[in-house]
Amino acid sequence: MQEKMTGKEPLLEIKNIFASTEDLTILKGVDITIQPGEIHAIMGRNGCGKSTLSKIIAGHPAYKINQGSITFKGKNIKSLEPEERAKSGIFLGFQYPIEIPGVSNLEFLRVATNARRKFLKQQELDTFEFEDLVKEKLELVKMDYAFLNRSINQGFSGGEKKRNEILQMALLNPEIAILDETDSGLDIDALRIVASGIKKIANKENGIILITHYQRLLDEIKPDFVHVMANGQIIKTGDCKLALELEKNGYEWTDQLSQDS
Amino acid sequence: MINENLVSNVVTEPYKYGFVTDIETEKISKGLNEEIIRLISRKKDEPEYLLNFRLKAFKKWQKMEEPNWADLGYKKIDYQDIIYYSAPKQKEKKSSLDEVDPKLLETFDKLGIPLTEQKRLTNVAVDAVFDSVSIATTYKEQLAEHGVIFCSISEAVKEHSALIEKYLGSVVPASDNYFAALNSAVFSDGSFVYIPKGVECPMDLSSYFRINSGDSGQFERTLIIAEESSTVSYLEGCTAPMFDTNTLHAAVVELIALDNASIKYSTVQNWYAGNENGVGGIFNFVTKRGKCLGKKSKISWSQVETGSAITWKYPSCILLGEESIGEFYSVALTNNLQQADTGTKMIHIGAKTKSTIVSKGISAGKSSNSYRGLVKMGSKATGSRNYSQCDSMLIGDQASANTFPYIQSQQPNSEVEHEASTCRISEDQLFYLQSRGIEFEEAVSMMVSGFCRDVFNQLPMEFAAEADKLLALKLEGSVG
Ligand SMILES: Nc1ncnc2c1ncn2[C@@H]1O[C@H](COP(=O)(O)OP(=O)(O)O)[C@@H](O)[C@H]1O
Ligand SMILES: [Mg+2]
Repeated sequence: MQEKMTGKEPLLEIKNIFASTEDLTILKGVDITIQPGEIHAIMGRNGCGKSTLSKIIAGHPAYKINQGSITFKGKNIKSLEPEERAKSGIFLGFQYPIEIPGVSNLEFLRVATNARRKFLKQQELDTFEFEDLVKEKLELVKMDYAFLNRSINQGFSGGEKKRNEILQMALLNPEIAILDETDSGLDIDALRIVASGIKKIANKENGIILITHYQRLLDEIKPDFVHVMANGQIIKTGDCKLALELEKNGYEWTDQLSQDS
Repeated sequence: MINENLVSNVVTEPYKYGFVTDIETEKISKGLNEEIIRLISRKKDEPEYLLNFRLKAFKKWQKMEEPNWADLGYKKIDYQDIIYYSAPKQKEKKSSLDEVDPKLLETFDKLGIPLTEQKRLTNVAVDAVFDSVSIATTYKEQLAEHGVIFCSISEAVKEHSALIEKYLGSVVPASDNYFAALNSAVFSDGSFVYIPKGVECPMDLSSYFRINSGDSGQFERTLIIAEESSTVSYLEGCTAPMFDTNTLHAAVVELIALDNASIKYSTVQNWYAGNENGVGGIFNFVTKRGKCLGKKSKISWSQVETGSAITWKYPSCILLGEESIGEFYSVALTNNLQQADTGTKMIHIGAKTKSTIVSKGISAGKSSNSYRGLVKMGSKATGSRNYSQCDSMLIGDQASANTFPYIQSQQPNSEVEHEASTCRISEDQLFYLQSRGIEFEEAVSMMVSGFCRDVFNQLPMEFAAEADKLLALKLEGSVG
């Protein structure tokens, strides 16, 4: 299906994944292979399993993987704790970033950044060095320094929460970034800010997964592949033309495909 | 659901103060009767009035019923099976620290409270209490130069008898409650502080209570008097070895603040809590009360309660003086099968008095943690105000938290404001932090210390660091 750059070791390889919660099977055999430098878009109706897929890659404990494998840079990560996955370069931008009262955003960002730096054998940053770094990254997402003195996401507007996610991504410098509907609910300006943030970190080594419903994000960031998901499976993969088709015709015509499979 | 085992690992740190000092002790026989009380009094060579104080208290205690209204469950205590006096054997009168048994000095060294002149803490004076007696007090002479008296209560009975006779039992009368009566009858030692008029105590004062023997109770008594326009900050720490029996600790603390005086009393309580099955641990039944006697006087309690199998403790303020201020800042952490029932009473008697209550309860494991507080506005407390905030945090889904705020007002021209909240550390919050590379245990600890910040900010510098460390320790485990 994806022939580009064969021979190279894939960055992330998801093979025939089945995943469930206590009483519900959500993913029913998902395959995706991401090579370094690739941008993939995943689209699909609400409830088809996109967020579940992104959370099992990050290691969310609520889901059980019943079958299949997840390989990151040649290593099976199925048994790794979420923090180990994060440190090794997997980033999930949440669809609904949660509020954590009492924990300062600044302190959180610094601890997270240093955890990643430590893993990369880079020197950890003291408060002053971190302040310089974070100011530079704030510029990128056009956020005010005042946000850092607040508790994580507490009382942030929808758009502010999403920008805070991009800020974290910029600080953590991931190798695989999964952005789950980061563009949903953003006005045009905020969308541009988020898109330019994503573009800044995209490079030849990184992989990016954009989960989205909207062409407007894909206009800014051209995906190499577009996957359509339905009922826990990827039912069609194509290039950016597929996204345009979806935009025009909606998800309805995919229902037929999902019933066939 | 959050993985229960993981959480309980995280909040269960092996108790590192659990060692026993092997030292020859002088113990009297088990049991409680008039003869025992006379014996304790004789051992301490006490004046007549004090023996009478004890005997009267004992008579009252015998007529009292053990309270059962607190939200606690435990096996009945056999008061005849406790040793009421236990002291390390040492020379009659120690004229200097050099004469203190090196084993005792070593014990306090191990607890992080070095006492010898070379090693002692530089900014805090310490009264070290081992089982029933005070074994040493540092910086006594330096403090005396400012007129500050800091010594064991036994010594104060001898040297400052007038103050003791005037104030002992003036805030917590012997008849106040069951455990206060018991303490009044058998108290063995404790600390005494007197700050003269206009003096700002030049350093923090602290007592460190160590229970060493398993079968004796600890019944200490602390009395702090701050004269007009004086200020003092007092810290209290406690630990005990791990025994599989329960040890009774029933202390009384009395504070008196005169016009414009201010007393800040901070506690970090880390008594042995028992094991994960609820075996052993200290029964901590404590009566702490301060009287703001003077105009514009202020008493502030801050406490970090992490230990004990059972904690029953309500540091309170009686706001008599006009415009006096009472404060209570509390963090109580319970885990496993620990039970804590703690809170405060703010009794507003004078006009324009103010009180603030900030309570943070954290329960993990199968523990239960209750806040119980009373705010009373007396008929003369016009223009008085109270603000209370009681927050509970649950870790896992087997822990419980309760809030019992009682408000009694006889004064329409006063304000009482109460806010309460309960939150549970959710799996999604932990996952969010973890998905940014933060270890599970650090994630829990970040959320807990964030939750406690309002209270930690009230602790004296040295203590704030200590408290944060202690909570982190309690929250640190064998994960990963
Ligand atoms: N933790 C969970 N417990 C129960 N059901 C869940 C859980 N997570 C997801 N689901 C269900 O799985 C399906 C897929 O959800 P999700 O992955 O969030 O879809 P999407 O992101 O594509 O909208 C939905 O029906 C959702 O209700
Ligand atoms: Mg979703």
